[in-house]
Amino acid sequence: MGITPSSASPSGLGAGAAVPWWRNRRVIPWVVQGAVGLTVLVVVAFLLGNLIHNLTAAGLLLSWGWLTQPAGFDIAETVLPFQASDPYWRGLLAGLVNTVRVVIAGLLGSTLLGTLLGMASFSGNALLRTLTRLYVEVVRNIPLLLQLVFWYFVVFLSLPNGTAAIQLPGVVLAKSGLYIAGFGEGLRWMGPHLVNGVWQAPLRWSVEFGALLTGLIAYSSAFIAEVVRGGIAAVPKGQWEAASSLGLSWLQTLRQVVLPQSLRVIVPGLNTQFISLAKNSSLAVAVGFTDLYSVAETTLNQTGRAVEVVLLLLGTYLALDLFISLLMNGLNRLVQIRER
Amino acid sequence: MKPLLRRLRHDLFATPVDGLISVVLLAVIAAVATSFLHWATSQARWAVIQANSTLFAVGRYPIEQQWRLWLLTALLAAATGISWGMLRSHPRSDRGGILWPRNDRIAVGLLVALSLLLPWLLGLSPAVQLRWVAITAVLVLLRWLAGRFGPQLPAALKRLLPLGLPLLYLMGMVLIAGGLGLVAVSPSEWGGLLLTLLESSFAILLCFPLGLLLALGRRSDLPLLRWGSVLYIEFIRGAPLITLLFLGQNMLGFLLPGGLAPERVWRAAWVLTLFAAAYLAEAVRSGLAAVPRGQLEAARSLGMSMPQAFSTVVLPQALRVALPSMVGQFISLLQDTTLLSLIGLMELLGTARTVMANPAFLGHNAEVYFTLAVLFWCCCAALGLGSRALERRLDPATIARSG
Amino acid sequence: MSPSTPATLTSAAPVGDVMIEARGVEKWYPNGFHALRGCDLTVNRGEVVVIMGPSGSGKSTFIRTFNALEDFQKGSITVDGITLSDDLRHIDAIRREVGMVFQQFNLFPHLSVLDNLCLAPVLVRKRPKAEVQEQARGLLKRVGIAEQADKYPGQLSGGQQQRVAIARALCMEPRILLFDEPTSSLDPEMVREVLEVMQNLAADDITMVVVTHEVKFARQVAHRVVLMAEGEVVEVAEPEQFFTNPSQERSRRFLDQIL
Repeated sequence: MGITPSSASPSGLGAGAAVPWWRNRRVIPWVVQGAVGLTVLVVVAFLLGNLIHNLTAAGLLLSWGWLTQPAGFDIAETVLPFQASDPYWRGLLAGLVNTVRVVIAGLLGSTLLGTLLGMASFSGNALLRTLTRLYVEVVRNIPLLLQLVFWYFVVFLSLPNGTAAIQLPGVVLAKSGLYIAGFGEGLRWMGPHLVNGVWQAPLRWSVEFGALLTGLIAYSSAFIAEVVRGGIAAVPKGQWEAASSLGLSWLQTLRQVVLPQSLRVIVPGLNTQFISLAKNSSLAVAVGFTDLYSVAETTLNQTGRAVEVVLLLLGTYLALDLFISLLMNGLNRLVQIRER
Repeated sequence: MKPLLRRLRHDLFATPVDGLISVVLLAVIAAVATSFLHWATSQARWAVIQANSTLFAVGRYPIEQQWRLWLLTALLAAATGISWGMLRSHPRSDRGGILWPRNDRIAVGLLVALSLLLPWLLGLSPAVQLRWVAITAVLVLLRWLAGRFGPQLPAALKRLLPLGLPLLYLMGMVLIAGGLGLVAVSPSEWGGLLLTLLESSFAILLCFPLGLLLALGRRSDLPLLRWGSVLYIEFIRGAPLITLLFLGQNMLGFLLPGGLAPERVWRAAWVLTLFAAAYLAEAVRSGLAAVPRGQLEAARSLGMSMPQAFSTVVLPQALRVALPSMVGQFISLLQDTTLLSLIGLMELLGTARTVMANPAFLGHNAEVYFTLAVLFWCCCAALGLGSRALERRLDPATIARSG
Repeated sequence: MSPSTPATLTSAAPVGDVMIEARGVEKWYPNGFHALRGCDLTVNRGEVVVIMGPSGSGKSTFIRTFNALEDFQKGSITVDGITLSDDLRHIDAIRREVGMVFQQFNLFPHLSVLDNLCLAPVLVRKRPKAEVQEQARGLLKRVGIAEQADKYPGQLSGGQQQRVAIARALCMEPRILLFDEPTSSLDPEMVREVLEVMQNLAADDITMVVVTHEVKFARQVAHRVVLMAEGEVVEVAEPEQFFTNPSQERSRRFLDQIL
C-alpha cells in the first residue's frame, strides 16, 4: 500500500541539515513498525515467561514419559485394538485412526452430495432448484453442533432395534448400529443377518459414527454445493450455447463441457471446505464418538498434562490440514494443466 | 389462470424426466410436511419450552435482579430504534426521503406481530407479555421520532451519537455484571440466550480492531511483523475451534502472573475473539488489496498525511469490499458459541442439554432442538439479510468505474 | 548524454519566479532499472510546459518526482522555493502547493463529487466546510459540471470524472498543476471537453506541467515542449520550432512517428 521506503538506495538528497528522524519519511515507517514489533515481542516474552514459570512451579513442564503409561480408560469404538492397559500413545493413535476414518468418509460423501446439489441448482426443474436453494440456506444458518446432536439424539438414537430395525437392501439401520453388506469371512458376500436377535454384518458402524458422518456430510455438502455452483456459474454462457447448438443434452453438456472447466474454480474452494470438514470432525465428542479430540480430552483430564496434550492435538490437526492442502494443490495443478 | 398453468408446466414439467422429478419431489414434500405437522400439533409437548423459557433466555440469573436485564433490553430497543431512524433519515440526494419505505413497514408489522404472538405462544405471564409489547412500542416510537426529527438535530449532537454505542455496551456490561452500586451477579449465573449474545457480541466487537492490526501487519515491510502475522493467522486457521477453547480453558491461567485465572466466561470470550480475528484479518486483507494504488496516491498528492489518507480514503473502500466476508465471519461466530457448551458453559445449547437431562422433560429432545434451530436460523438469516441490504445501500454509490 | 536545459530560452512565457527547478535528477528502480538518467528542467511561474515522448521514456516518473510520489537518488529538485528531501514537512508543504491530475482520475468512489473536492481543503488546510463547499461549487461550474455536485463518481462519464479531478486539484488552490496523461484513458469524444478545461486554465496563468500525446494541445497552449526518451531530456524548445524544425535527431524520429 503506497509509498514504502526504498531500501536499496541511499538518500543523497536534502543538501544541508540532516532531517530529524521524526520528520524523515524514510525513517518513520520503520520506527512505527519497529515500535509495534517491539511491543509485540515484549508482550509475548512476558506471557511466555509467566507460562514457563507457572508450569515449572506446578511441575507440569514438558515431559513425554507419561505417554508410555497405561491409559486406564476404554475406547468405545476403535479399529485399532485397544484395551485399558495399553499405553496412552496407543489410545491417542486409535483416536487419530477414528478421526481419519470419519474424515475420509465425510469428504467422499459430502463431495458427492455437494456436487449433485450444485448441479441440481442449474436444473431446468424449478422445484428442484428451489428445494436445493432451500436446503443450502437452512443448513448454513443452523450451527453444526446443533445439527450433530439433532442427528444423534433425535434420529439415530430413536432407531428401532432387533426385528423392527429399518431394513434396506444391503443395509440395516438399528439402534445398535448400522450394518452394511460386504465381504465376510472366506471372501463370501454377506448381507446383514440376525443371530440370536442381534444383528451381524461384515461392516458395522456405530450409531455415533453414523450420526457424526451424516451430520458432517449434510452440513459440508451445502457449502460444497455453493462452491460447485460458483464454479459452474463461472463458466461463460457461451459454452452452454455452443454445446446446445451442437446438439448435446443438458446433462451431457454439464458433464463433458462445463464441469471440467469449472474445476479450475472449484478445486481451490474445495480445499477450504475439506479443511473445514477435517476440523469439524473434532465435534465428535458431542455425539460420543471417540475421535482424536475426544481421547485427548480424556487423557488430559486423567494426566493433567495440559501443555503436551494440547501441543499434540494442535500439531496433529495442523498436519492433517497441511496434508489435505498438499493433495488439493496437486489436484489443482492437474486441473490447470489439462486446460492447455 | 391459463398463464399460471403454462408457467407451472414450463417450470416443472418441461420434459418427461423433469415431470417425474417434480412428481417424486412433491410426494416427498407432502409426506414430510404432513408427518411434521402431525408431530408438531399432536405429539410434541411444547410445554418443555414454555416451562423453561426463562432458563433459555437468561440462564440462572437471579430473579430479583432480572429487572436490570429488562432495562438493558429496553435500552437496546431504544438504541435500535434511534439508529434505524437516523439511518433512514440521512438525506441521500438520489433517493427521495421517505419516512416509512415499504421494507420498513413490513419490518415493523413483523415486529409488532412477533411481540404479540411469541410471548403468548411461550406461555409467558400477561405482565411479561405486556412488557414485550411495551419494548416493541419504544422501538417503533423512537424509530418514528428519529426519522422525523433526526435531520433537524444540531450537528454537534449528531456527531456525538455514534459514541452512544460503546457507551451503551459499557452500560450493558455494568447492568449484567454489577458494580456501580448494583449487586454483582457472578458470571457462572449467566446463561441461555444472554450468554450466547454476550459472548458473540464481545468477540464480534473486539475481533475487528485485532483483525485490522493483523491485516496491516501482514502487509508490513518488517519481516518480524509480517511473519508474525502470517504465523498467527495460519496457526489459528489450522486448528479446530474446540481445541483452542480447550487450550484456553486449561492454559490461559498459566499465562498470567501468579496463575491468575480469569472467569471461564471471559476465557472463552477471549479465545473466540482471537480466533475470529485471524479469519477477519484475511477478509480485511483482501479488502485492502482491492483498493487501487492510485487512491492513496491521489489522497497524498492532495496533501493529506498518511493517517488521514488511510482513514478517509483507503479504509472505507476496503471495508466495503470486505463487508460480505466480514458478516459471514460474524454469522459463524454466532454459530460457534454453541461450542461453548462442550467446555461447560451454559449458553443456549448447554442450557438445552441441562433441560433435557431434567427427568421431568425426558424424551423431549426434538422439541427443544427444533426451537433452538429455528431461533438460530432466524438470527443468522436476519444477519445475512441485513448484510445484503447494507451491501446494496453502499453499492450504487461505489460502482468502481472511477479508476 | 544529458543535454542541460538552456534556462534562457526566450518565449512569450513570463520569466520571473522559478516554480520548479530540477537538476541532474537520477532514479533507479529497486530492480536496477535506470529510469531517470540525469534530467534537468526549469519551469517558470505561469508557464505551460508540455512533456512528450515515447512510452517508457520516464515522463510520468519525472513529473511524479515533483510532488514526491516518486523518490530519486541523485540530483536536486526545488519546488516553489522548497527543496525536496526526506523531510516530511517539506514534502507536505510542496504537496499543498502542487496539484496533480492522474490518467486514471483516481476519484474517491465512496464520496460524492462535492465531497471529493472538499475533503482535502477541510482536512489539510483546515478551512471551514461551508466556505470550501461554496468554492467547490464555483469550481464545478468553472469546469462545466455544476449540476453533478451531489452525484457519485461511478455515475459520471470518463470526461466528467476527469473534469471533477481537475476541479478537485484546483480546490486546494495550488500554485502548480501537474497532469499525467490526463486524456489517455478517455474515449475520443470526451478528450476535447477535458482539453478545453485545461486550455482555459492555461489562459488563467496557472503554472502547468502536462505529460500528454495531444499534439494540437501542445501547439496551441504550451510555452515550451520537452521531449524525453529513455530517461533523458532530449530537447526543449518552443512548440512551433519543435514541431517544424527540431534540433535533435531523436526528436525528428519521434515526430515522424506521431505526426
